[in-house]
Amino acid sequence: MIIQDLLSEVAAVFTSLATAVPALALYVGIILLFFVVWSFVRRMLTPKSDYTSLKTVTFGDESTVVSNTAASIISVVFIFALWGAFTGSKLMPGFLHVPGPFVGEGEFTYTLEAEDGSQDEATVTVLVHEAGSAPDLPEIEEGDGAAKNDVIAVQSYRSKLLLWDGNDEITREEGAKIVAIDGGPIGRGVAASTAVGRVALTDKGTLNIQPDTGMQMESIWLPSPESVWEKLVTISRDGYQNVTLAEHLSYSLFRVIVGFLLGAAVGIPLGYAMGLSDWFRGWFDPIVEFMRPVPPLALIPLVIIWAGIGEQGKIILLFLAALWIMAIGARSGVSGVKISKIHAAYSLGASKTQIMRHVIIPNSLPEIFTAARVAMGVCWGTVVAAELVAAEKGIGKMIVAASKFQDTDIVIMGIVLIGIIGFGIDVLMRMMEKTLVPWKGKG
Amino acid sequence: MSSGLQIDNISMRFDLPNGGSVQALKDVSLDLKAGELMSVLGPSGCGKTTLLNIVAGFLAPTGGKIVLNGHDVQGPDAERGMVFQQGALFEWMSVRDNVRFGPDMKGMAKSESSQIVDHLLDVVGLQDFKEKMVYELSGGMQQRVALARCLANEPDVILMDEPLGALDALTREKMQSLVLKLWKETGKTIILITHSVEEALLLGERLLVMAPRPGRIHKEYRLPFADLGVGQDLREVKKHPEFGERREEILGMIWDMEEEIMGRSEGADA
Repeated sequence: MIIQDLLSEVAAVFTSLATAVPALALYVGIILLFFVVWSFVRRMLTPKSDYTSLKTVTFGDESTVVSNTAASIISVVFIFALWGAFTGSKLMPGFLHVPGPFVGEGEFTYTLEAEDGSQDEATVTVLVHEAGSAPDLPEIEEGDGAAKNDVIAVQSYRSKLLLWDGNDEITREEGAKIVAIDGGPIGRGVAASTAVGRVALTDKGTLNIQPDTGMQMESIWLPSPESVWEKLVTISRDGYQNVTLAEHLSYSLFRVIVGFLLGAAVGIPLGYAMGLSDWFRGWFDPIVEFMRPVPPLALIPLVIIWAGIGEQGKIILLFLAALWIMAIGARSGVSGVKISKIHAAYSLGASKTQIMRHVIIPNSLPEIFTAARVAMGVCWGTVVAAELVAAEKGIGKMIVAASKFQDTDIVIMGIVLIGIIGFGIDVLMRMMEKTLVPWKGKG
Repeated sequence: MSSGLQIDNISMRFDLPNGGSVQALKDVSLDLKAGELMSVLGPSGCGKTTLLNIVAGFLAPTGGKIVLNGHDVQGPDAERGMVFQQGALFEWMSVRDNVRFGPDMKGMAKSESSQIVDHLLDVVGLQDFKEKMVYELSGGMQQRVALARCLANEPDVILMDEPLGALDALTREKMQSLVLKLWKETGKTIILITHSVEEALLLGERLLVMAPRPGRIHKEYRLPFADLGVGQDLREVKKHPEFGERREEILGMIWDMEEEIMGRSEGADA
């Protein structure tokens, strides 16, 4: 039973993936296109003659594959270009936009046939307007014949039913029906495409007008880059739901830093004890090895039950997220010390305390820094998730609240900020690593 | 009180997890006078590193004892310095701090230890590299630092475990001259383990050939080459007729031992 369900799920996933294949193929094509263009441009520029450029074997030589800065820049610019093109961004010229939704006035005609077989044509003027504006309907001439001209306003991305016989001389009850749209024959349940968009004849004989949506995304799905930027500006000035952006961010960062520091303060001594004593190793190995693979997110429910949704609970959670990582890092830092270094220190007359202070601790620092980098990353991910579940303040709380009001621009802004801060933390940790443990990997 | 190093009837036997046991050393006795330089050769598994670790105090023998200057050796101590093959320097310290490590641990004043460091770095030719981190140095330079670090502590005995094993041939030759020079200038007792027969002949005033299973002394030589080599081009020493003779003799001896080991293990397999 389960297997059948899972298989059908897999099939569904593959089906939807299959629809993405043409888009992915196009994307790869664009990457290659830029590559060809860039190769050509580079040849125009000064040819390189450093050592690497003289290598004839480059395929498979890892040292020749350094990240191409041009490709990175184009890649990022291209993402923003795609974003702008599909949201009709005002930051880029209109000809780069993909076709947008139809806005403005358009017309189509319908042909009415009475029971006696006589036909008459009428024009429908459709006024498609953007959300939020309610335009005045223009005055139109009713025209002559049995069918009278209609006018209707439709909000873009929405559809509307037109009761066309409201003003006609014969109505549906009297046997009138539409037999053609824009001169093309049509039946019930069939749609025709017109200058305005899709016009369908419903089963009940009314007209369903769905203006052309184009290929752009509605801002509720994907807001334009500038509106995300504007939100960033207004929210960092006015705050969101009475909490400033700085407050949201500093709450999240505060939790991460306090949780991480507590985790390190307990985890590092624990790791040292495990690395230096077989008794402690034996005692804590089962605990650490069991807790390490438990994702911190799985602990959220228990932490909420035990400590509630306040700061304490979150800090306990982040403490647990950092603790095992730091303990394992410190443990392997201690275990990784070469025995010849320890022997050398002993035969140079060092005491146990001196060996701890001058050999074991400095030798373990690179591993501890690596662990700290991982732990900070995990803590950052965990704090956002924990705030999604329950919090009063915090960047995660901000985006989950925004999503409830469908403030997609705030959600996207929050995600981008979370990404930037996570990246910033990693860069900062790497810089600290470089200045504080320059001997990393040189032993 | 007798001076010098006595290795008195040392045996080393330990159990294996599978229930068997290994006799790594059996009844090894040696008497080194202060200031003697002895090189130790032998096929792998003959227990020469085990012997060195026992003398250093890192291992407790199951029989016999080590006596240095009249007292029993109980554990590692600054009186017995070690020079390892590689990777025993503290890469988080500069060259100067590595050399100063021993005096620092004793709590010697910085002014005093700085003099020792300057002098020793002069001797090993690294005065200009004092402030560098050790990982910025080449392998040969790192071994010079290791020698200086060991000497800074004024040990009575220096134990060298293949100190030049990882160096290229040219650097190795230079370092061999340096070891001889340091030996003559400082008058230390040195035990040097090596895999190279030439190095053992060049540096060993006494040369010990050990045999495996159980590890024991196979043959001992007293050689003139170390004295000849002090202040002389070592390539000249190698031209000495006795040098070639001894080299062939010892190589043959070790070859025979290796072949015996191979034969025995093949026999065991069959």
